[in-house]
Formats: sequence, C-alpha cells, structure tokens
Amino acid sequence: MYLFLGGLVAGLMILSGFHIVRTQWDRHEDRGHYVTAPILSLILLSLGMGTLFLDLEHKLYVWRLYLTFEVASPMSWGSWILLGVYPALIGSALITLPDAMPRVARFVPFLVNVSDWLKRPGMLKTIGFSNVILGVLLGIYTGILLSALGARPLWSSALLGPLFLFSGLSTGAATLHVLSHLSRHGSSDDEFTDAVMSALVHWLRPPGDSEDASHKLAQADNSFLTVELFILVLYLIGLLSSSEVHLRAAQLLLTGPYAAVFWVFVIGMGILLPLVLQFLQAQQRIRHTIVPALLVLFGGLLLRFVMVSAGQSSHWLQAFSQ
Amino acid sequence: MARYGMVIDTRRCVGCMDCVVACKTEHGVPEGYCRDWITETVMGESPNLRMEIRTERCNHCANPPCVYCCPTGASHVHERGGVVLVTANMCIGCKACLAACPYDARFIHPDGYADKCTFCIHRVEKGLDPACVAVCPTRCMHFGDLDDPESEVSRLLRTRASHSLLPEAGTDPSIFYLT
Repeated sequence: MYLFLGGLVAGLMILSGFHIVRTQWDRHEDRGHYVTAPILSLILLSLGMGTLFLDLEHKLYVWRLYLTFEVASPMSWGSWILLGVYPALIGSALITLPDAMPRVARFVPFLVNVSDWLKRPGMLKTIGFSNVILGVLLGIYTGILLSALGARPLWSSALLGPLFLFSGLSTGAATLHVLSHLSRHGSSDDEFTDAVMSALVHWLRPPGDSEDASHKLAQADNSFLTVELFILVLYLIGLLSSSEVHLRAAQLLLTGPYAAVFWVFVIGMGILLPLVLQFLQAQQRIRHTIVPALLVLFGGLLLRFVMVSAGQSSHWLQAFSQ
Repeated sequence: MARYGMVIDTRRCVGCMDCVVACKTEHGVPEGYCRDWITETVMGESPNLRMEIRTERCNHCANPPCVYCCPTGASHVHERGGVVLVTANMCIGCKACLAACPYDARFIHPDGYADKCTFCIHRVEKGLDPACVAVCPTRCMHFGDLDDPESEVSRLLRTRASHSLLPEAGTDPSIFYLT
C-alpha cells in the first residue's frame, strides 16, 4: 500500500510542481484540480507513512533512521528524501491553499499572507522544481527499494525504478482526472461513491473545471501508460533473457500463480483497457467518463501488490530445488 | 585481518540436531525460532544418488546484502573476523535484511528486531569454539580463520572437495561444506 501511495504522491508532486512553475498566479483563471494536488498529496503520503510505520516490528526505534545515512541502503535514502518531500509539499500546499480551500483561507488570513509571500517568482520556481525533483526521486525510490534486495530474483532489475515512477505518474494523472471529473458531475450523480467523492471534492474546491482539462489529463495519462507498458515489457525481457532463477521468477508473473492477476488486472484492465478507452475519448468516439482513470488507479494498486507478493515468492533456491 | 569461517564435513554429519539445541540453549532463542537448522538434499540421478545432510546458518558473507540494505546500520560487519552481526537496539524491524538474504538465515525476534547466528562471537573472543561446533558429537564442524593458511579450516579446504551455498548469488559465503 505504501509503494502505491508513495508512487501516486510522486506523480502528483511532479504534475503539480510543473503546474506551479508554469501558472501565472497573478491572473484569475481556472487552475483545475492541480491546486488540490499538494494537499491531497500530504494526506496520502501521511497515510502511506502510517502504513509503513505499522509494518515495522521495532516501532519505538524508528528514530534510528535519522541518526545515520547508509549510502548503500535505498531505505536510508528514502527516509532522508521524505524529510525533503514534506517541506516541498507543505510549500506547494500553502501556494495553492487560497484556490484549493477558500473557506480555510477566509478563516485563517495569515495563511493567505504566507501564500502571497510564496508566490514571488523565485519562490515559485524553487518550490515547483523542488516538487518535481523530489517527486522523481520518491517515485524511483519506491522501485529501487525492491530492486536492491538481490535475494529476490523478480526484483533484480533497476527498471523497477522507472517502472514505478511512470506508474506513479499515470496514477497521479488519473487521480487529478477523477477529482476534476467528479467536481463537475458528482452533485447530479446518485451513486453513493460518487456522492462521497463529490462531497470531498466540493469541500476542497468549488466545481467549474473545463472539459479541456480532463481531456489533457487523459492524454497525459495515456502517454505515461504507454511508457509504463514499454518499461514493463523491457523488464520482462530482461528477466527472461537472464539466468534460470530470473527466468523462473518471470514465469511467476507470466504463467505461474500470479499470471491471472497480472494479465487480467494489471496489463488488461490497468493499462491496455484505459489506453484504448482514453484514446477513443480523445477521438470523441465515446463519452468522456472517469472509468479509465479508475481503472488506472486499480491497475496501479494491483501492480504493486503483484510485484511485492510474487517477488517474495521468488527465490534463488527455486531453480535448484525443482 | 582474520576472516572467521566454518568447514562442515557432510560425510560425518548425521543430522542429530545437537548443534541446533546447543545454539538455542546458548542464546536463549525463543520457542518456534532457530538460528541454525538441518537440511537434507538428495543429489545426482538414479541410481547414482547421494544424500547430503547439512547444518546451515547465516553464512557471514564477505559481500553481505543484509548489511548493505540496512537503513540504520544495525546490521554490520564486526571488526573481528568479518562476522555479520545485528545491534538489536539499532534495528527498526523493517525486514529489508530478511528479504535481502538469499539463505533465509534471519528471522524477526518476538521482541521486534532481526536476529541470526553470531558465530558465537562472545565465545570466540574468549578463545572458545562456537557452541554448535563445541557440542558436535561426530566432530563434523570446524571453525577457524579462513585467511590463515595454517588453520585447520584452510587445511581442510585445501585437501578436500568442498562447496558453498548459492555461490551464484555473489555473496561470498564463509561456510563451506566438504563432500
């Protein structure tokens, strides 16, 4: 769950970081749900950190992470990167706060003053690019964390870093897409989940996004999904053309016990189907819905579950015990 | 610098598990866990089959992935003999070392930290053999300095055929099995 949330937050940081740098903050214009991304990222990252903390077996010693920097340990890198991620996210959240949460801004005028102070060109560039750089590091880190554990042949590939980065970007774009879409249509929808989501979205920001923003997000999502698929294929080719243990590890996904979930949910419903649906939407052949974005989120979550579960099942001893 | 290692004669080992009991007693290993264990492997093709009984534990690798992945430095290489150890009050229980070890030699102690064989470094520093070596009734286990050409372990490795576990993993283990 942490790998999914960490990747999603990394994607949101990169997208909102670019948006902060490119936006002309002195002009009143519709900024879409990019403004909600930093606040949502803070919530989701804290949730992810919470799950990570719960997974520790020696919880009271967690502070030991910050008494040392272990160059060879990706987890040590990650814990220090997170120390930079939080200030960058808080900075971008403060910049977007008056747009994202106007009610909070009205009640606490001090935050508006801080936001205005941060909206100086130099600060905007610093915070925007910090979000992009730290987002890239966070996204890659979630993959490298696994690939550094060489005893699990399925994870023995540096391609896991870019794979999880682009998966994070696609889920980040999908999240913005869902928020943007629900803010327009949620209130007229009777479905329970949409009503809940729409309540959340209206609290964060009043409706009024343009249809164009959703189309752009869908197109961006398709680009990320295409790269993700490309990296996934390269990753599998790398395993299949390697030693016996790596071959057997790849077979766990391709033909083994995880094949059904991998092919149907990760590749089929998580990547290919959203790619086709979003392509048809862009061509105006079918109605624009959030179904592809929800599928991307579902596929991104299952990609992490499959990679972690199958990776733990893969072992050097497998090739010699059969 | 010394590099401590073990040489185990699989032709003498009968799998009596005295080494396992000695280790559990020496270190107070909790019920349900063990730092060393016995495996039986059948090798070859019928009718030319051979069974190898091995007593296994942490291989105290010279290239230890468990040490490299540790985010707090709790897993470290001891200055004496290159023994891989865990400092319990530095370990956060993230389990990265468990996933990194190709020998599955580590476990999470009920108190929350990663635990494993220490080569009984507290005994070795007093000039004693590790508990498992000391109690072995068939004298199949030998402990010593692999870097000392005059040590018993070096002599055995020179004169007998041997293998280590999963050399393909590139960890450079310090335990060798005589065949």
